[in-house]
Amino acid sequence: MAEITMTQALNLAIDEAMAEDDGVFCLGEDVSAKQGGGVFKVTAGLTEKYGEHRVRATPISETAIVGAAVGAALAGQRPIAEIMLMNFVGVCMDQIVNHAAKLRFMSGGQTPCPIVIRTTTGVGVGFGGQHSDMLEAWFAHVAGIHVVTPSNAADARGLMRSAIDANDPVIFIENILCYGLKAEDPGKGYRVPLGKAAVAKEGSDISLITYGRTVLDALEVAGELEKEGISVEVIDLRTIAPYDEETVLASVNKTGRALTLHEAVRPFGTGAEIAANIQEKCWDKLKGPVRRIGGTFSAVPFASHLEQAWIPTKEEIVGQIKASVGKD
Amino acid sequence: MAEIDRDKLLDIYTRTMKVNRTDEKFRELLMQGKVAVMYYCVRGQELVSAAAMAALEPQDYVVCTYRGQGEQTAKGIPMEKWWGECLGKATGTCKGKGGTMHITDPDTGIMVTTGVVGSGIPIANGLAMASQNNGDGRVTLVSFGDGAANIGGFHEAMNMAQLYKLPVVFLCQNNRYGEHTAYADHTDSPTIAERAAGYGMKGVRVDGNDVNAVYPAVKEAVDRARAGEGPTLVEAMCYRMMGHFFGSDFSYMPPEHIEEMKKEDPLPKLRKVMLERQFTEEELDKIVADIDAEIDAAVQHALDAPLPDTDEIYKDVLEEVN
Ligand SMILES: Cc1ncc(C[n+]2csc(CCOP(=O)(O)OP(=O)(O)O)c2C)c(N)n1
Repeated sequence: MAEITMTQALNLAIDEAMAEDDGVFCLGEDVSAKQGGGVFKVTAGLTEKYGEHRVRATPISETAIVGAAVGAALAGQRPIAEIMLMNFVGVCMDQIVNHAAKLRFMSGGQTPCPIVIRTTTGVGVGFGGQHSDMLEAWFAHVAGIHVVTPSNAADARGLMRSAIDANDPVIFIENILCYGLKAEDPGKGYRVPLGKAAVAKEGSDISLITYGRTVLDALEVAGELEKEGISVEVIDLRTIAPYDEETVLASVNKTGRALTLHEAVRPFGTGAEIAANIQEKCWDKLKGPVRRIGGTFSAVPFASHLEQAWIPTKEEIVGQIKASVGKD
Repeated sequence: MAEIDRDKLLDIYTRTMKVNRTDEKFRELLMQGKVAVMYYCVRGQELVSAAAMAALEPQDYVVCTYRGQGEQTAKGIPMEKWWGECLGKATGTCKGKGGTMHITDPDTGIMVTTGVVGSGIPIANGLAMASQNNGDGRVTLVSFGDGAANIGGFHEAMNMAQLYKLPVVFLCQNNRYGEHTAYADHTDSPTIAERAAGYGMKGVRVDGNDVNAVYPAVKEAVDRARAGEGPTLVEAMCYRMMGHFFGSDFSYMPPEHIEEMKKEDPLPKLRKVMLERQFTEEELDKIVADIDAEIDAAVQHALDAPLPDTDEIYKDVLEEVN
């Protein structure tokens, strides 16, 4: 089996879905061939196959992009809208929160809104304050939306197919630093169900619950601690909302300890919700407080040493785990 | 412009009176205290919605606002379902989960009713884009107020619709107010219609109180859209004869202006046109009487209808998680 990058994985998934269903189409800034096949090349080659109506390059109009996706979805199509960078979702929040998320409910189930909003972000590329935020908690706080982020190329392929299949809006977050990650191609038609976490590594001392790029850090730390006799179970949520509570609780019930980890800032982050839920539901099994790690509560800085200091470090993860298991 | 044919005129009259009688009934129920919900009056704007809906085909899509009673009833949402929704009943179009500000009835083509000013405009583009993609020949009409023309989404959507030549009609019902703010206090361009030129789009401004002006303009816009010639911005001048919503303060509306605008009331004007075209008083009265009877029955049905089950709050959130 060939290896593919996450960029290729996403492209293959979209290509496959477009080939199978005429109602699937892409829209967003710079997405078509004329503009070079998308800033991150995820939609490269699709215009040549499906034409400019199905790979629509749009004006810089985030509200109009998501609004059009919503309208097309109401008419039975399956649009994949690209918001070039996640910080720009602020521009079209009304369409996502008031319309995409709620039209199924407010219409009594008559108008589901099957759209995928692809967006990219990530700390560590020197993009500074207005191009780096992880804003998944904004969406996780609204009923009616799936929030998904892959940590590896194989999952990216499978999750994207499931996102396009889903009959509800999906916010699909692509971490820029993950685009180049390679994995064995899981092949045509591969799907990873929404709402199902992966146990990325089994362990018995503590559950480390994370998603997206920080899964890589988590796995690295877990590997190192293994040598010191600390067994870390790494849960890759894959779908952040609604998340796989069952897998998380089962893991914590087994290990008795939990640490949540994300790149998004710590206060009011998704880790806080997960930690609170664990506290409530696994209280009798817990051997200590649930711990949380998140990004620094400030804008993402530009200077690379500041940016690196902003991101949760491996040392911090190691420190929190050791403190939790009583080996610090 | 050719004369509107008699059948179409009768159709417009019937739709107009349906909108008007529904509006009167709603205010009566509110005044009697029989219902207590938000209701955005359409008195003074009946003809615009009725003529616009008469210019569409049944399969065409409509996106409207909280003040969408006119589009909704004139496009033909079954009255029992419409009243059911407004009264929050299980028999409503949306099982009572949408309400007066969020009426959806895809069977009638009413795809979205939004309470967020201007938000329907980009969504209408998407419906039209779907029609363009799959060649179903449908036209989408989106109705909004003069206030909405200052929302960012309006401008983004105008530009995009013209760029793609989408089969969409933008109908601005300029009722001279955005909540408490008069047109001149929120917009300095003399008309909304002229803004179309800024997008390379066709824009027209018409007298929304004159059936011979508003119907042909919307019809032409619909025909152009269906023929693939792209969108049109139609600004229909009308007047909101009541406060922003039923019961709200309207002290900011100068009484002398209200008196002046009463002379422009579209209903007596329409009746005059009907009589000129040899419809009889009896014929016209009979239409209104039939509509009243239908509305009374629908209201009673809605009043008697059951409330939605409490567990509806958990339903229709996400299909996959239900
Ligand atoms: C984005 C947004 N801002 C403010 C409001 C509050 N609001 C409700 S109706 C309205 C006035 C809108 O005026 P217009 O678009 O002219 O429509 P009309 O009510 O006259 O039909 C305002 C400001 C809102 N619903 N949405």
